[in-house]
Amino acid sequence: MKSSVKKSRRHFRSQLTQFVGFLALRISVYSVLFMLLYFFYDLGSKGLGAISWEFLSQVPRRGMTEGGILPAIVGTFLVTLITALFAVPLGMAAAIYLNEYARAGRLTRLIRLSIRNLAGVPSIVYGLFGVILFVNILKFGTSILSAGLTLGLLTLPWTITASEEALKSVPDSYREGALALGATKWQMIRTNVLPYSIPGMLTGAVLGLARAAGETAPIMFTGAAFYLPFLPRSFKDQFMALPYHIYIMATQHHAIDKARFLAYGTALVLVAFVVLFNLGAILVRARLRRKWRH
Amino acid sequence: MVSVKKKGVLGDVKESLIKKVFQASGLLAIIVLLGIFALLLYTSIPAFREVSLKEFLTSTGWDPTSPEKPEYGLLSMLASTIMVTLGALLIAFPVGLAVAAYLSDVASPRAREIIKPVVELLAAIPSVVVGFIGITLVGPLIAKTFKLSHGLTALNGSLLLAVMALPTIISISEDSLNAVPVSYVEASLALGANRWQTLVRVKIPAAISGIIASFMLGMGRAIGETMTVLMATGNARAFPHGFLQSVRTLTATIAIELGEVPYYTTHYYALFAIGLVLFIMTFFLNLTADIILEKQKRKLQ
Repeated sequence: MKSSVKKSRRHFRSQLTQFVGFLALRISVYSVLFMLLYFFYDLGSKGLGAISWEFLSQVPRRGMTEGGILPAIVGTFLVTLITALFAVPLGMAAAIYLNEYARAGRLTRLIRLSIRNLAGVPSIVYGLFGVILFVNILKFGTSILSAGLTLGLLTLPWTITASEEALKSVPDSYREGALALGATKWQMIRTNVLPYSIPGMLTGAVLGLARAAGETAPIMFTGAAFYLPFLPRSFKDQFMALPYHIYIMATQHHAIDKARFLAYGTALVLVAFVVLFNLGAILVRARLRRKWRH
Repeated sequence: MVSVKKKGVLGDVKESLIKKVFQASGLLAIIVLLGIFALLLYTSIPAFREVSLKEFLTSTGWDPTSPEKPEYGLLSMLASTIMVTLGALLIAFPVGLAVAAYLSDVASPRAREIIKPVVELLAAIPSVVVGFIGITLVGPLIAKTFKLSHGLTALNGSLLLAVMALPTIISISEDSLNAVPVSYVEASLALGANRWQTLVRVKIPAAISGIIASFMLGMGRAIGETMTVLMATGNARAFPHGFLQSVRTLTATIAIELGEVPYYTTHYYALFAIGLVLFIMTFFLNLTADIILEKQKRKLQ
């Protein structure tokens, strides 16, 4: 009788710990969600007023206390274009090698190790590397080209990983079918693997590019300009970029209070851009995943 | 069969050529990693013609533009970086682990489908925007709470870096918790442990190496983060004494000074030497985390 009371008391206590423990986990999750929502709310409520057609379509005026951010939007677009042209094909090719050709072995392990390590190299270190390699050694100068290639290197590990995921999701039976009919390896990849993995690869690439477009440290010294009230004419020109513009407006401006409003607007534009691409990619990926399950 | 044979030698050459192209792209990853190290090292070395390695690593004074006696000591900035990073992890690690545990053990599949993309979204917020939030939102809040003249302090940097390290810690820890075999969990539940006891005494210990790896990867992220600390910590060039003071990290120093420094001076080379230090620190953190994760993967298979 006594021991059963003790037992039930112990049971009660462990149930209580479980309740409190799970509650603590739940609170952690809710606070992270709340924080993110609050960030968005703060940016949205203070930045929305700055956004107008003029803001998006005009050059900055009066020492960047008036006017718009068109050169920064165009600059970020052009840099991301270079990044895409460099990182997407190379990322796909490396992924095809790793998933379709490479055998398990020391070299393959070393390649994978390098990719994972590259993903952890600080972005400002990529910036330093870009200064030496693209600006100085290859003499591209501080330009859209140098900045785009620097971001391309930074994006490479993400595009490789995303492309490999996409290749992995293609069932092996597709490959075996092609090989059984006498196709060569490349014929098999071209006709039976790539058509089914390209959507996934591109989705991953878009995610990587959206992140690259938001990077500041790698472009600060490889081509981004403080203030250019006109649009770039070639890929050898310097450029304004949205993230760098936010940094300038928030910290380096001569009249920070006057510029704060526009800084909020610029930050909102950049975040909206990144979030939209992410949501789009998440939706596409969910659809692809469902498709392969059947 | 016949059509395949027709291609003969030419087809073989084409096939192996295609393979070579793909292989070269794969090898690029190794080349880039080695290239970063080599070029940073090569560009750092000239700095040590004027500065001794001992001064660089052990002196706290950094004043490369002083006309009388330029100083090249990295220690204050290194201490600032470590302080801000550890502060960030002190917040991000428990919260991150809690979110990971929630995702793996408590959340319904539907809740998971919402929370996981949100965490991914968190990782996608550009660091310059996080820094901006630090200036406009978190900083003023700190100033008000602690009655300071401004909130651009180490604490501000830590809070923001915690946000930036969270996604890494959450996703790696969750992967590790999910990799614990179901049989462990079933055995524990069958012995009468409840789900909380199973989580704390069985799953987390079984996944501990992966959780430690997530800590290290989060640390690597925080150490290398530039824009956020540059904007949010005030950048006072002194040895850090507390979380309510302005500090200046390694990354912020490069970002502030590289734009103004004349090319090919000792100062210029010294900034690359700081970059090299950053590269080496993150390289070893990432490498160790990687080895730990590989080992765990093999163990739990």
